[in-house]
Amino acid sequence: MKNHINEAYEATDTLNDESSAKKRKIVVPGEIIATGEDYLPSEGARREKENVLANRFGLAEESGRVVKVIAITGAFIPRKNNVIIGRVTQVTFNGWIIDIDSAYQAFLPIDESPRFISKSEMNQFLDIGDVIVAKIWSINARGIDLSLKGKGLGKLEKGFVFRIIPNRVPRVIGREGSMITLIKEKAGCNITVGQNGWIWVSGPSSDEEIKARKIIEFIADKVHVSGLTELVEEWFEKNK
Amino acid sequence: MSSMDCSNITKETIKRMFAEGKRFDSRGLFDFRPIEVSFNVSNKAEGSARVKIGKTEVVAGVKMEIGEPYPDSLDKGNLTVSGDLLPLASPRFEAGPPKFNAVELLRLVDRVIRHSGILDFKKLVITPGEKVWTVIIDIYPINDDGNIIDAASIAAVAALKKTMVPALDENGRIDYHKESKTPLQIEKDILPVTLTFFKLGDSLALDLAREEEEACDARVVFGISKLGDEYFINSCQKGEEVPLTKKEIDQIMGIISEKFEKLNEKLKKFF
Amino acid sequence: MKKISKMPTKEKETFKRPDGRKLAEIRKMYAKVGIIPNADGSAIFAFGDTVAIAAVYGPRQLHPQHMQDPATGILRVNYDLLSFSVYERKKPGPNRRSQEISKVTEWALSPVLDLKEFPNTVIDVQVYILQADAGTRTAGINAASLALAHAGIPMRSLVCSVSVGKLDKNLVVDLNKEEEDYEEGEGATDFPVAKIANTEKYTLLQLDGKIQPETVKKVLDLADKACDEIYEVQKKALKEVVEQ
Repeated sequence: MKNHINEAYEATDTLNDESSAKKRKIVVPGEIIATGEDYLPSEGARREKENVLANRFGLAEESGRVVKVIAITGAFIPRKNNVIIGRVTQVTFNGWIIDIDSAYQAFLPIDESPRFISKSEMNQFLDIGDVIVAKIWSINARGIDLSLKGKGLGKLEKGFVFRIIPNRVPRVIGREGSMITLIKEKAGCNITVGQNGWIWVSGPSSDEEIKARKIIEFIADKVHVSGLTELVEEWFEKNK
Repeated sequence: MSSMDCSNITKETIKRMFAEGKRFDSRGLFDFRPIEVSFNVSNKAEGSARVKIGKTEVVAGVKMEIGEPYPDSLDKGNLTVSGDLLPLASPRFEAGPPKFNAVELLRLVDRVIRHSGILDFKKLVITPGEKVWTVIIDIYPINDDGNIIDAASIAAVAALKKTMVPALDENGRIDYHKESKTPLQIEKDILPVTLTFFKLGDSLALDLAREEEEACDARVVFGISKLGDEYFINSCQKGEEVPLTKKEIDQIMGIISEKFEKLNEKLKKFF
Repeated sequence: MKKISKMPTKEKETFKRPDGRKLAEIRKMYAKVGIIPNADGSAIFAFGDTVAIAAVYGPRQLHPQHMQDPATGILRVNYDLLSFSVYERKKPGPNRRSQEISKVTEWALSPVLDLKEFPNTVIDVQVYILQADAGTRTAGINAASLALAHAGIPMRSLVCSVSVGKLDKNLVVDLNKEEEDYEEGEGATDFPVAKIANTEKYTLLQLDGKIQPETVKKVLDLADKACDEIYEVQKKALKEVVEQ
């Protein structure tokens, strides 16, 4: 069975080592990934006697002694410091309720706006249906709190937003942002990628915007392809 | 999939693109996505079909039951269009009794089939005045990526075209273990469909993907069929709140026969 | 109701199943993952002519709020037959049988799930039968198990399900409809079973018919072997989704 292992570099991951030291394979829940007392089960994996087993369907990765299973499908699970794109669903007396396409509702307190917004101008600043790029600064039992204070955060004007499967976000961003930079250049558009799988594109004309979206979806659909950069360059050549 | 509603900027962008005649998947405003029709979804149905338009998928199955005719139509059999918007097909569909959009879809498909004349109700009589066939079409979307109404009407008609009337035993009751040799009598040359036109800003378009549908202001569904060389509008229903102008209705009437032909061309190879 | 056979019961080796299968032979299985693009996870699973599809949406918000559990996410299963999946048309909408099967399916699947990291949410599993030829709940559980895995839900293992049973005195695996209606000798006993793959833990046990207590263990042994085969089919379907 052919199995092209992709090189998924997680933009939020602190691991920076070269991929050659990592072994990866697709595993199903309950499958034995490795056998031996030395291995350390990490996220998505568990130990049962001498075996390390998968605790979910995904890409099992051994790096050194640490074994984990990365999700390649499934809903977005919010984490602190994630940058996400969300849509305003309600304006309340002290903030905005934001749909970030996850199981949990998110809230943007009025104090976390990029500049001072008085209670009377709340609707003018952000109304129902508007979209924002925000950072998750706190997750607690009540829900998720967002902030617009920070570089690159704020209300999105013009352009459009669309969704890809959240787990594909790392490969759209690429190692240290290399893939998304390439796409922005070639398509000539402003692009912001949310960790929740929502992506904003704004370009000089419809044609560029359509192109940008197509190439992003092309990349997102491919889970397991090496040499993605070459494929992307080829795509832009063909689709001038 | 997301149940996030359409955002203001996306709606404006799609509106602008439609005004330029452009769409995200590079289709023309009145082009259909690739269509696939297959049959035999269930071997327990008298006839069944599965229709895919792009990623939208709808299945339909026909069951026939013996019953009494209605008092005001003793010489005719009956038709019921039923089904549901299964929660399977979209994060927006909830479990429970059918909501309005399910009811509307089924009624729209019912009207186009009923008024197109594809089914001759008089041929559904078993014993005049006493026993008639009721044709029951059950329609279920499996994945909603927009335009489920048109997909549903194609699936219903496709299922009808493959329907075999159940064999009866010596007591006049249905015997499913006896091979049926009688196809349901339907007009071979009529292929009624619905065409759902959507309006966004000043543009009209057909076969909208779900995200495009969510950006739209209004829609109007037309049931249309053809007999010989003549086209007939069999049903119509306008939906959503924004009005349609007379000019828009004229525009639709100007192109509807051509679009019907184009769709038929695509469907012919499956029948 | 029960016909007393006049002939002595046939030897097990010469017993012929109506469709010619061997006693422990499962019908031809088919499994595919990712068939419903809108869902977070989805799958189709078939035993012969019995076809089940499942879609998973979640974790997602659970309404009404009072049903939320602050300690964990909740699994909610909805099973039903499509109207035309059976000869006698089933009216759309839940009935008592579908309610019962929804609940036992939930019980069959929840032991492998770890939903503590999703408090106050729901994982909705929708299971529908497109075509029914007995074993619908078992096909449904197999499809649902695949769909949950596909959705990336934390799962200790897959759940495998099959109907084992008895036709007169012959122990068989994966009864079809004709066999469910078998009336010779001791008639048909239908014993749907589900287990956590690669363990000795059963999460679904139901039974209808006549079976001696000492035979139950033999029948469960057959179920174990059958579930091993089913697990391989499920595993293959999940690994294939990535190859697209």
